[in-house]
Amino acid sequence: MFRRNLFRGGAHLPHLKTTADHPTVVMPPPNKVIIPLLQHMGVICEPTVQEGDFVQVGQIIGDSHKAMAAPVHSSVSGTVTNVDFQLWAGGIQVLTVEIETDGLQTPLKTLVPPTITNKAEFLAAVRVSGLVGLGGAGFPAHVKLSPPPGAKIDTLIINAAECEPYITSDYREILENSSNLLGGIQLLMRQLGLSRCIIGIEDNKPAAIAELKKVCGRAKGVSVMPLPTRYPQGAEKMLIWATTRRSVPTGKFPSDVNVIVMNVTSVSFLAEFAKTGMPLVKKKVTVAGPCVAHPQNVEVRIGTPLKDVFAFAGGFSSQPRKVIMGGPMMGVAQHSLETAVVKHTNALLAFGSEDGELPEASACIRCGRCSDACPMSLLPLELHRAALRNNLEDLSKYGTMACMECGCCSFVCPSKIHLVQAIRLGKTQLRIAAARTLARAEGAAK
Amino acid sequence: MSPTLLVTSSPHLRAQGSSQGIMLDVILALIPALGAATYFFGLTVLLPLTFAVLGALAGEYGMRVLVLGRDNRLADLSAIVTGLLLGMNLPPSIPLPLAFLGGAIATAFVKEVFGGLGMNFMNPAMGARVFLFLAWPSLMTSWGPTLDGVAGATPLAILKDGEAAGQALPDLFHLFIGDRAGSLGETSVLALLLGAGYLVLRKVIRLDVPLVYLATVGLITWTFGNKTALFAGNFPVHLLSGGLILAAFFMATDYATQPVSRVGKVIFAAGLGLVTAVIRLYTNYPEGVSFAVILLNCLVPLIDRYTVPKPFGAPKAAQRA
Repeated sequence: MFRRNLFRGGAHLPHLKTTADHPTVVMPPPNKVIIPLLQHMGVICEPTVQEGDFVQVGQIIGDSHKAMAAPVHSSVSGTVTNVDFQLWAGGIQVLTVEIETDGLQTPLKTLVPPTITNKAEFLAAVRVSGLVGLGGAGFPAHVKLSPPPGAKIDTLIINAAECEPYITSDYREILENSSNLLGGIQLLMRQLGLSRCIIGIEDNKPAAIAELKKVCGRAKGVSVMPLPTRYPQGAEKMLIWATTRRSVPTGKFPSDVNVIVMNVTSVSFLAEFAKTGMPLVKKKVTVAGPCVAHPQNVEVRIGTPLKDVFAFAGGFSSQPRKVIMGGPMMGVAQHSLETAVVKHTNALLAFGSEDGELPEASACIRCGRCSDACPMSLLPLELHRAALRNNLEDLSKYGTMACMECGCCSFVCPSKIHLVQAIRLGKTQLRIAAARTLARAEGAAK
Repeated sequence: MSPTLLVTSSPHLRAQGSSQGIMLDVILALIPALGAATYFFGLTVLLPLTFAVLGALAGEYGMRVLVLGRDNRLADLSAIVTGLLLGMNLPPSIPLPLAFLGGAIATAFVKEVFGGLGMNFMNPAMGARVFLFLAWPSLMTSWGPTLDGVAGATPLAILKDGEAAGQALPDLFHLFIGDRAGSLGETSVLALLLGAGYLVLRKVIRLDVPLVYLATVGLITWTFGNKTALFAGNFPVHLLSGGLILAAFFMATDYATQPVSRVGKVIFAAGLGLVTAVIRLYTNYPEGVSFAVILLNCLVPLIDRYTVPKPFGAPKAAQRA
C-alpha cells in the first residue's frame, strides 16, 4: 500500500532530526535586526521608512504595489539606523533595513484583528500579514491563494512532510500549535470554498501524525495521510502526486491540477494572524548541525543576525566551516554570520570541515544512479555534460528547466559529481540565450 | 572574528560509497568464478589472468599518463576489472603475451583513447577479446585437454556440428557446475550466479538487462534452435553454455556501454539476445556473445537518442527532440 503513494525516484537520507524532542525556546529580541526587503519570490519591496525613524512591532517598513511581493514588517520596536544595500546569500545585493532595538517590543497600536467576511477581505488580509510560503520557497501567500479565474480548486493540501534532514521546525509547530493549525485549515477551507483538505506527512513522525489525527482528523473534510519517508516527499509536485495522484505539468502550477498546497507553519500563522492581527515578524527555526553546542528549535524575530541565533543556541562547539540556511539538500550556504533570519528560514545548520567540504569529483561512470534518483525523470548526467559544454540544444532537449534542484542526483552520485551545480549553470545558459534572442528580436523590431 | 565560511552549491550532503567501491564490488563478485576456474582448469589459469590484468594496467598507464599526459587514475580499479573480465574470456591455454597484449589493447585503445572511464563506447574487455579472436583465431579457440584428458570441443561447438560427428553434449548439471571446455572464467554458471547475486544485493547491477538478455536468447533458441521443427531447440544448453552467463551479468551490465534509460536498457538487452542467438544458430561461429556485445555497444547512442525519458509532468505525447 505504501508504493501507491510513492513518487518515482528520490533518495533515502539520514534523518538527523536531533532537535525533534526539544520544545521550542523563545529567543529575546537581539540588539539589532537586519531586515532585507526581499523575503519572497518576486519583486523587491520599496522601503517605507528612513534612517532615524522610530518603528514599532508589526509596522510596515517595506512594501510594493507589484503583485508578486509581500510587505515586510518590523519585528522589533526601535530606531532605523540604516537603509542600504547589503551582500546577501546567493551573491546578490539586497536593500535591507537595520533597526536598533529599544527592548520594549511596543506593538503598533493600530494593529487589530482583520475583518474577514468574504474572500476579497480574506486575500487582502493575507497580503497585509506579509505571509510567504514558509516551507522554504517564500512564494507570496496571497498570490498562491488567488488562483487564475479558470481554476476549479477542489483540494487544499497541507505540506507537513518536512523531508529534509535535521529540520524539525514544522514538526514542533504541529506538536505545539495544532489548534492554530486546525483553525488555519478551517479558515482557508471556508474562505476558498473547499470541502476537502489532505495533510501529507512522512511516516517517520508518529507523534505528529497522532497529534494531527487527534486535533485535525475529526474536522469535516480533513484527512491526515501518512506518506512513505523518502526525500523529496515535501517537494510540491511530489506531494501533490502522492496525495491526489495528479501530476503538475512542466512549467505549470498546482492550481492547474486544482489544488493549493500550503505549508503547516504558514497555515497555523494564518490562524494566529486572524486572532491577533500581528503580521509575520517571528519564525521557528531549527538550529542544529555538528558544530552547534545545543541544537534546538528557537523562535526568533525576523531579521535576527545569524551570529546571535547561534550564540543563543550555546554558540559553536567547534569551528564551523559551512553555515547553511535551510536543509542540507536545498539550503543556501551563507558567506557570513552577519546575514539574518528571514520569513521562510526554517533551519540554520553549522557544519565543520568534515561535513562542510564536498568530496572531489571523479569521472562519470554512467551508472545511471542519478537518473534513477531523479523524481522528475530527468537524466542529470546528460544535463551535466550539456551544461559543461554550453550545449543549448541538448540542455533544452533533456528538459533542464524541469529540474527543481532537490539534490538527489548529487547525493547519490558515486563519483561525487556536482550535478545540481552544473544544472544550475545550464539553466543560466538557457536564460541568457533566451534573453539574447528576445533582445535581438526587439532590436530587429526597431 | 567571524569564521571564514565555505560557500558551495547545494546539496551539502553526499551518500556514502564511491566509484572505486563499485569496482571493488565487481572484483569481489568475480572471485567465485575465478575460484571455479582454478578448480576446474588448474592453478595455471592464474597466469593468463595475471597477465591480462597487468596488460590492462600497463595499457591504461601508458596511454593515459605517458601518451596523453593525463592524471594517473589506476586507483579507481577499473583497469583491474577490465583485465579480469578479459582474462576470464580467454582459453586456459592462451599464450601469456597474448593475454598481456589483450589487456593493454582493452584499456589503451578501447578505453583511454576515448577519454577513459565512462567515456568508452565499447566494453573494453569484449573489444580486446574480439581483436584477439580475429587476429589469432586458432589460439583463441583451442581449448586444450579437459578434465578427463579428452581434447575439448565446447558444448556450443558440439551443438553446432558435433552431435552429427558423434560427440556427446555434457549434461545440464555439468554445464551448471562448469566442468566443461570453454574460456577459463565462463564455464561455471553456479559461480557466476553467486557473484551476480552479490552485485544485485549490493545494488551494483539490476537484473533487467541480464534477464531480458537471457530470456531473448532462450526464446529464440527454443523456437528456432532445431533445424527440423519449431519450438524444439535445446535452449537450456544454449543458456548454460558459452560466455552467455558471464556476458549477461558482467558485460551487458557495464554502465558505460549500456543505454541510460530503463526502456533503453531493455531494448539493448533484447538486441543482445537477438544477435547472440542469430550468430549461434545461423552463422559459422558457434558463439556470438562477444560480437553481440560490441555490436549493441555501438548502437547505444542510437538507442539513447530515442529513449529519452519523459520528464514528470511532461505532456502525454512523448517528448522527443
